Amino acid sequence: MLKINELCASVEDKAIIRQLSLDVGPGEIHAIMGPNGAGKSTLGNVLAGRPGYEPTAGSVTFKGLDLLDMDPEIRAREGLFLAFQYPVEIPGVSNMELLKAAVDARRSHAGLSELSAIDFMKMAREACKAVDLDQSFLKRGVNEGFSGGEKKRNEIMQMMLMEPSLCILDETDSGLDIDALQVVARGVNAMRAADRSFIVVTHYQRLLDYIVPDYVHVLANGRIVKSGDKSLALELEAKGYSWLEDEVA
Amino acid sequence: MSEQVEQLIKKEYAAGFHTDIESETLPPGLNEDVVRFISAKKNEPEWMLEWRLKAYRAWLTMKEPDWAHVHYPEIDFQAVSYYSAPKSLADRPKSLDEVDPDLIETYNKLGIPLHEQEMLAGVAVDAVFDSVSVVTTFRGKLEEAGVIFCPISEAVHKYPELVKKYIGTVVPQRDNYYAALNSAVFSDGSFVYIPKGVRCPMELSTYFRINQMNTGQFERTLIIADEGSHVSYLEGCTAPQRDENQLHAAVVELIALDNAEIKYSTVQNWYPGDENGKGGIYNFVTKRGICHTRAKISWTQVETGSAVTWKYPSCILKGDHSIGEFYSVALTNNCQQADTGTKMIHLGKHTKSTIISKGISAGRSQNAYRGLVRMGPSAAGARNYTQCDSLLIGDRCGAHTFPYIESAHPSAIVEHEATTSKVSDDQMFLCQQRGLDAEKAVSMIVNGFCREVFKQLPMEFAVEAGKLLEVSLEGSVG
Ligand SMILES: Nc1ncnc2c1ncn2[C@@H]1O[C@H](COP(=O)(O)OP(=O)(O)O)[C@@H](O)[C@H]1O
Ligand SMILES: [Mg+2]
Repeated sequence: MLKINELCASVEDKAIIRQLSLDVGPGEIHAIMGPNGAGKSTLGNVLAGRPGYEPTAGSVTFKGLDLLDMDPEIRAREGLFLAFQYPVEIPGVSNMELLKAAVDARRSHAGLSELSAIDFMKMAREACKAVDLDQSFLKRGVNEGFSGGEKKRNEIMQMMLMEPSLCILDETDSGLDIDALQVVARGVNAMRAADRSFIVVTHYQRLLDYIVPDYVHVLANGRIVKSGDKSLALELEAKGYSWLEDEVA
Repeated sequence: MSEQVEQLIKKEYAAGFHTDIESETLPPGLNEDVVRFISAKKNEPEWMLEWRLKAYRAWLTMKEPDWAHVHYPEIDFQAVSYYSAPKSLADRPKSLDEVDPDLIETYNKLGIPLHEQEMLAGVAVDAVFDSVSVVTTFRGKLEEAGVIFCPISEAVHKYPELVKKYIGTVVPQRDNYYAALNSAVFSDGSFVYIPKGVRCPMELSTYFRINQMNTGQFERTLIIADEGSHVSYLEGCTAPQRDENQLHAAVVELIALDNAEIKYSTVQNWYPGDENGKGGIYNFVTKRGICHTRAKISWTQVETGSAVTWKYPSCILKGDHSIGEFYSVALTNNCQQADTGTKMIHLGKHTKSTIISKGISAGRSQNAYRGLVRMGPSAAGARNYTQCDSLLIGDRCGAHTFPYIESAHPSAIVEHEATTSKVSDDQMFLCQQRGLDAEKAVSMIVNGFCREVFKQLPMEFAVEAGKLLEVSLEGSVG
């Protein structure tokens, strides 16, 4: 699904990601943990092609395609989805309008026809229900005046509609109460499929109680310093990150 | 007397200028003979000619305003030709194949149907379109309701009492330089009269004033809504309009008598010039309405065209409890400059006005909102709410806000809110991450920004306006 090979990337000429390698197979869930400022969000942004996040060396293939060569919107249409750590507001643009355009862009890229408004609404209502958002959110401006938790659930709702192949969740659990956390986890679990993979960035092991990862990686100083199974998350919870940083140094 | 005026007067008396009543286009220049010529061409009655001449003499003593936040080379008003007959059928393109392909491409992007494209591009098909049943039905219905909707040149002959009574009452001849010029040389425009208590059965659109597609560069419109009547008027269209005449100076006067309501919507898309600002129309417009007791006038405008726009649709809230509204989207791209806004003059008690202005600047353009809210000494309990938002795309453009508030009554309430924002990289990236390309993303964000104004437009116009923004923003990103 995704092969990252010795990737280096800079933001504003500052090297952030340093020779990072990661292999995500189809159907797998990878959790990425690590201290603040380690480069977790940067990795997601580089993969999604955000302007200003410049790969400087290494390569990434996504479904066999050269990911770094594609414009950000093409990556999205190919099925790469990033659930943002800080979803931004777009006043006056309804959720529905953005999502219809998004789903149609992805469909037309795949050679499918646009969805009828009725079919789209049906799907959108179901997705809302799945993340416990009232349908009125479809008509509201994108993230406009949403609470923190609503923004995160809105991201998952969008993810469901886009039916991506690779989902990158950037601290979707931060700031959620336990109920909302379970809603998010339920959403992700419902989407698990043999041809869909997940990269879940989190600070807290508690999310991994609900979304059980196949692999856990620790990202520090822009590279993966340790990988393991879900027991690594428990160890981190108990010991923190400093012992790893020492180990690496 | 300024040197300029002196020169004008000198020119006027320069010998040898003689106009031939048979000619179809006048040589450049303006003097009393030219005014007489225009009036004679239209076979106008004496009173109309006298009115024009009075305006002309006033214009001679006036100066071009220079306070607007726009810059353009000085206009030589003696280098302008003030009359040209509408092109004869023989001179027009025979089919769309003979029309500039760029223009056709834009029409297609805007989804304008073929027969309308032909009309807009000036293809010689008037007769055909004239007989289209929709137009005939349209006219029949208006007649039944007693609504008058015709070219103002026709109204001067058919309804002289109404024209005489109202023309120049809202925008006096001496109101400003361009209004005076327009009053002297106006070409044509619409005349509307809605009888007492009548609700006009359909939107009146300049589209349907077919015999008069080409109203010339000095358009003049007069709309009278008699007591208790209601009318919605649509001016312009989303299609880009080209004109060999660079200078446009229109006047629109609205009269809403007691309990009447006028809704006036404009989409203005004159040719803005190329990326470097070459060519492009200078659009100096005076639009004003007067509201009598409990009357309401609502201006909605979507301005995307012209190289220079100077335009302030205004309301004089004369009658008690009258209401004025102004909803505006002004978009400038490349080298365009717009200085636009409104004036709400509260004279009556408990008058109310709302101003929602959305300015969007892209490229190297300059976009200014200029608004005046005046609460007169008798405007007890009057209220105004102004919201003025600017959106910047890129960092080479400018947005400016000039709100003027004059309150002479202690019980009047004026509220003003203003914001300036940018289309942020975060917003762009969110859209792109959801699969939208950069241009689609910008147009969606900009459309969202304009939502409150678009809501005011008649439905089909709103959809067109959205598409228009998309096309107008082309090339503003990436
Ligand atoms: N847009 C940016 N501009 C400048 N520095 C940035 C930007 N984004 C991230 N960084 C820097 O990159 C480093 C990694 O940040 P980030 O990827 O957000 O870490 P994490 O998500 O692991 O907390 C930090 O030092 C941060 O300051
Ligand atoms: Mg982060």
